[in-house]
Amino acid sequence: MNGNVIVERERGLLEVERRIADLRSANLNQPVDFSAEIAALEQKYESLQRELFGSLTPWEKVHMARHPSRPTSLDFIGQFDRFDELHGDREFRDDPAIVAGFALLRGRALMAIGQQRGRDTKENLRRNFGMVTPEGYRKVQRLAHIASRLGLPILTFIDTKGADPGISSEEHAQSEAIATCLYEFTRARVPIVAAVIGEGGSGGALALGIADFIVMLEHAVYSVASPEGCAAILWGDAAKAEEAAARLKLTSADLLRFGIIDEIIAEPLGGAHRDPQAVIATVLGAMSGAVERLARSSPEELREARYRKYRRVGAWQTERREDIETRVR
Amino acid sequence: MSMIPDWLRSRRSKNSDGRDAALWTKCPVCGEVLYRRDLAANLDVCTKCGYHFRMNAYDRINTLIDGDFTEIGAEILPGDPLGWVDKKTYPVKLAGDREKSGISEGVVCGIGAIDGFEIALGVMDFHFRGGTMGTVVGERVTLLLEEARRRKLPCIIFTASGGARMEEGMFALMQMAKTTGAVARLKEEGLFFVTVLTDPTTGGVSASFAFEADVILAEPKAMIGFAGRRVIEQTIRQKLPDQFQTAEFLLEHGQIDMVVDRHDLKRTLVRLLEYARGAIGASP
Repeated sequence: MNGNVIVERERGLLEVERRIADLRSANLNQPVDFSAEIAALEQKYESLQRELFGSLTPWEKVHMARHPSRPTSLDFIGQFDRFDELHGDREFRDDPAIVAGFALLRGRALMAIGQQRGRDTKENLRRNFGMVTPEGYRKVQRLAHIASRLGLPILTFIDTKGADPGISSEEHAQSEAIATCLYEFTRARVPIVAAVIGEGGSGGALALGIADFIVMLEHAVYSVASPEGCAAILWGDAAKAEEAAARLKLTSADLLRFGIIDEIIAEPLGGAHRDPQAVIATVLGAMSGAVERLARSSPEELREARYRKYRRVGAWQTERREDIETRVR
Repeated sequence: MSMIPDWLRSRRSKNSDGRDAALWTKCPVCGEVLYRRDLAANLDVCTKCGYHFRMNAYDRINTLIDGDFTEIGAEILPGDPLGWVDKKTYPVKLAGDREKSGISEGVVCGIGAIDGFEIALGVMDFHFRGGTMGTVVGERVTLLLEEARRRKLPCIIFTASGGARMEEGMFALMQMAKTTGAVARLKEEGLFFVTVLTDPTTGGVSASFAFEADVILAEPKAMIGFAGRRVIEQTIRQKLPDQFQTAEFLLEHGQIDMVVDRHDLKRTLVRLLEYARGAIGASP
């Protein structure tokens, strides 16, 4: 990805990393002792890392969420005990921007569904940069429906800048495809646990996002529109994306405060890709724990609680005579 | 809930225009200069080329509902959950919209009768913040759907929306989830849900309750889609054909049931309500 501010910052770190590695090999091969130099460089490395990544602005988090090395849905799904991918919408095609299928996690059978961006240019082209078409959303509906019938909990992984905005997607009813996803998830008779792992953009992300419990990686973002989209819509200028990112309140801390997500999963300094195995294990542990808690409820209780949860979301005032009561829930 | 008598509704809708002094208006499609009173008498449809002007919510309600209309959720007004500021603060923008449109938010909801059929009716209005869905639109639509369920009434919603409202961020996006939940509960009770898509219906509204109805109608030439035209053109880097994303295009692609001229809309809705009444009680 061009112009990723996090990738640019990592270049400075890489230089120090290389020097440490050089000195280490020199230490082994030469009689001179470089231990002091190595220790000094390591200290420099640590403080540089803190300086570069210790506190990220919303815009920097957007870039972290889009980092090319950030773990994707398949990296999470790859850590399940078993996974059997299922394909196709039974009408037209299989959308590679959605990976989904039966999975086994800590002894429980479930349905895993994720948005999948590519990890390199070639894969990005095949997977349409993780932008899902109506066919992908129809695959999601189909599998959510199967899960609901068989009593398998649904785990979703959210990582898309938005639904595909192409001609064919409009011809194939993108709106209806997303709306019907929301409808299926609303009615599902099984626990639904979602993880926002990268970028959650707009209705295209929410299509996998109606859930009983939602975890979010610390540096993931989730917003009503991508910052570029928001800036274009409001100010006719996508270049003002950084300003939009600051205003949209799209960070995990904001969304936890708003009650829109339930738990933040901390990332190592520098981002999830610095220690993906640990991050993935923590996320799967949190999701698995949530599934077990939710599985104690009956299907009807789950659906009722889900309705009440979304019923509450919003911020409005009620006007009654001169008495205006502000409710932010 | 507040009762709005006929005389107040007609007064409100006249005020809502904000252009009472202007006797004439120009059709944006054919350029014909139209006498406002003729235009209103023709249901805001150009007398020359048939262009359907974007209607004010109360004018629309007046064309459909016999007698009184009991409003639902009128007391629900927007908050400012993000403390949004750009060139203006969000509350200042909202005050401007209120003044310009004469309504308090992007949708008017209530219970009334259409040719003797009691229905729950929601009408969105593009003149308020582009009909965008924030908390208040989501909340009022949800209250309407819940009231319809409680009273076992069919529900009809007219949509007109530029999508989710940016200034309310994720609170706006979540209204898609909220309204969908209410639609599901209405439909599970065997109640009939119809949407009428008017110009334009896009984004978060088209991708939620607008396309969750049993029967979906649209007005001629209405622009309907998920992504806006500009976004698609930027993505594919070419101009789109004129017909793309029109009601007629959607009909051809199997996405909606009918394109209905505004003059035939009331009659069509009543016919649909008659079928639905026939089904209720007859099936298990």
